[in-house]
Amino acid sequence: MIKILKHKSTLPGFNLSLGYTVAYLSLIVLIPLSMLFIKTSSMGWAQFWDVITSPRTLAAYRLTFGASLAAGLVNVVFGFLIAWVLARYHFPGKKIIDAFVDFPFALPTAVTGIALTTLYSQNGWIGKPLYAMGIQSAYSPLGITLALIFIGLPFVVRTIEPVLQDLDGEIEDAAASLGADRRQIFLKVIFPGLIPPLITGFTLAFARAIGEYGSVIFIAGNMPGKTEIAPLLIMTKLEQYDYSGAAAIAAVMLAVSFVLLAFTNFLQWFFSKRIGMN
Amino acid sequence: MNARAESPIIRRTLIAAALVFLAFFIFLPLGIVFINAFGKGLGMYFKSLVDPDALSAMRLTLLTAAVAVPLNLIFGIAASWAIAKFDFWGKNFLVTLIDVPLSVSPVISGLIFVLLFGAQGAFGPWLIDHGIRIIFAPAAIILATIFVTFPMVARELIPVMKAQGTEEEEAAMTLGAGGFKTFWHVTLPNIKWGLLYGVILCNARAMGEFGAVSVVSGHIRGQTNTLPLHIEILYNEYNFTAAFAVASLLAMLALVTLVLKSIIEFKYRAELKASGTTENSP
Repeated sequence: MIKILKHKSTLPGFNLSLGYTVAYLSLIVLIPLSMLFIKTSSMGWAQFWDVITSPRTLAAYRLTFGASLAAGLVNVVFGFLIAWVLARYHFPGKKIIDAFVDFPFALPTAVTGIALTTLYSQNGWIGKPLYAMGIQSAYSPLGITLALIFIGLPFVVRTIEPVLQDLDGEIEDAAASLGADRRQIFLKVIFPGLIPPLITGFTLAFARAIGEYGSVIFIAGNMPGKTEIAPLLIMTKLEQYDYSGAAAIAAVMLAVSFVLLAFTNFLQWFFSKRIGMN
Repeated sequence: MNARAESPIIRRTLIAAALVFLAFFIFLPLGIVFINAFGKGLGMYFKSLVDPDALSAMRLTLLTAAVAVPLNLIFGIAASWAIAKFDFWGKNFLVTLIDVPLSVSPVISGLIFVLLFGAQGAFGPWLIDHGIRIIFAPAAIILATIFVTFPMVARELIPVMKAQGTEEEEAAMTLGAGGFKTFWHVTLPNIKWGLLYGVILCNARAMGEFGAVSVVSGHIRGQTNTLPLHIEILYNEYNFTAAFAVASLLAMLALVTLVLKSIIEFKYRAELKASGTTENSP
């Protein structure tokens, strides 16, 4: 028998719990996910390349990644602002506001979708003034970005907030006693420590955004080549029984997700190591 | 102390800017759900909810959560026991694998089950020969939901169990308690809030999942529609009041989830703190 346990333990249930974990993981996650790669590899390189470089697919990728990038950047700015205000200031209702930051996590995406579409469409509360100014806020890339901002916000806030709360005030006092003004303290003392969580928060929001479906399709307009996101294109291919095409587009997106996941893990490892060394 | 705080004007401006952003992006969308749901009166609201298709969607949503949440709870307990209490090769890799469903697009989460069980899928012909329907049936909806919510209990339990260490369990075992007795009387009371937290988040996602379920459902009214899918159908039929009435149920679920989450976070912090002190004490 291969020895997997590193140290002997007096506690029981190792074989049972690990065995069950691996079996359930394989059955629910690993085997189904591997189907994607089996399906893709069975279609041949030329056909795979044709699918993922067709103008319609490329347009969908461009839109998905572009809107996710834009939403991620907006969230970095406003997520930082919200985390800052929640971590450092006191104002009435702060606890409730803090709890509501997680609302986009809790609200089912279909509800988000119809609520945002109603708000931003031509006759909507926000849409009406925007359309009057000539800004098409629904059924456009802007609408898609708005939905992605909504779903990505908690990732950025929740990554930065704990770091801000743990900041050592004494360092700021020390900087002030050495003659630094508030602006210098922020830029040279506080902000550098916030760059790692900002990058991590951005990556998490971005990764969630590229796969997002429910909150986007209602507000997107779903015009092929114009407002059709990659997850919707997968859906369309499936409805046409083009399983290979759907699998090919999905494989590319999954690969990007895994690279992003590896990147955030690497960042966390890298920065925790650096802090450990200091 | 001046060094740690901005001037009152800057502070107030920043607070105001944050609140305006949250008002537009969180409170307005939430408000619009209820305004539209009740827009045509209470009669219309309740009529939309007791519609037979809505009721059948509610039943399927409850059934899905009733299967997916307990299964992922059992998995979460098994996985966190193995990962938190033992040291074995490949542990970090296993933890990474458990989190994988969180980084998979909902549409892809549904797609993989179509590739497995769909008419042209790996097991499709065999299933058709034996008259078993998985895709476009509740079975696939439940499977896709289990996949999507797979890590949600485990990832809450692993850090809590890790923080508890193994001393208490080892003491119980030395005193002659069996494995199950030790888990029930020593481990479980220590992790109960973490467990509840995971269950609540898992349940919210299970009841609200849209993308993955949409791929495998087939959208058969009265049969394979969950609440989120029913909302989509109503909305696409321009039946906005009914769509928002059903949506308001899920919005209330989200609000209840947030409240419970906040309460548990309060208790949970105490739980983690308590474990911290036992670890530090000699």
